[in-house]
Amino acid sequence: MALPAHAAFIIAAYGATIVVVIALIIWVIGDYREQKRVLAELDARGIGRKTG
Amino acid sequence: MIVQKRPMALIDLANPSRFLALVGRALPWLALATAIAFAIGIVLVLMAPDDYQQGATVKIMFVHVPAAWLASLIWVVMSIAALGTLVWRHPLADVAAKTAASIGAAFTFLCLFAGSMWGRPMWGTYWVWDARLTSVLVMFLMYLGLIALWQTVEDPTRAGRAAAILTLVGAINLPIIKFSVDWWNTLHQGTSVFRLDGPSIHPTILAPLLVMALAFTLLFVTLHLAAMRNEILRRRVRTLRLLQAHGA
Repeated sequence: MALPAHAAFIIAAYGATIVVVIALIIWVIGDYREQKRVLAELDARGIGRKTG
Repeated sequence: MIVQKRPMALIDLANPSRFLALVGRALPWLALATAIAFAIGIVLVLMAPDDYQQGATVKIMFVHVPAAWLASLIWVVMSIAALGTLVWRHPLADVAAKTAASIGAAFTFLCLFAGSMWGRPMWGTYWVWDARLTSVLVMFLMYLGLIALWQTVEDPTRAGRAAAILTLVGAINLPIIKFSVDWWNTLHQGTSVFRLDGPSIHPTILAPLLVMALAFTLLFVTLHLAAMRNEILRRRVRTLRLLQAHGA
């Protein structure tokens, strides 16, 4: 199947979308794990507090 | 004793722990809804016909336009959050504003990038300093300014107030973006979906566009709630470290 005219521009637009969306997903998941890790570390050192 | 359950009010969400519990329950369902919306949207995009003038490049519209809508919608969300910070002093308002800024910047970048990829084959140029493109670029720079402000001021309460004022000033740009294609002669095409006389786009192209817009919006809601949860945890870490420092 032949690529449509201006295929490079279409691929670039969708490629950038995929990269940005994946980067955002990795950012929120990575940040969540990091905050949970630090909280667990503080808790293990007895620097926790009771929260709902 | 009979405990009567009342429906959850907005004020209940002011309690971060209650908010975290709600987000924990909602996120898997939102992620699933986002994935389903994207799956349907991508199938519709693949089935959509080429435009009689623009050929296959019209497919860039299915990512460019939802990103552009989100870029403005997120600024509206931040403006409401800014009022929440300045007027109602809602504890989660600046959390919502801060976390929306990064996501808004990402979608505004995507809007500008996909737009320039569409502009080159259709207009013969990646960029032109016309009213629509320039006003969106200004919004992108203001998003970056807000992110820089949040990173610069260490105290979240002080940063929240300053960011809220900047956000409300930046909201002046929203009608300029929306009506720029009517007020000035621009290379950018005029409004083609939300028109008084109905959309000027053929249903075979309008349907995938609307589904993709829904998918992008669900993605934003999911990412925003997840990022808000992270920010609440980050502030807990900050408070615990301050307590530790004072106790040492």
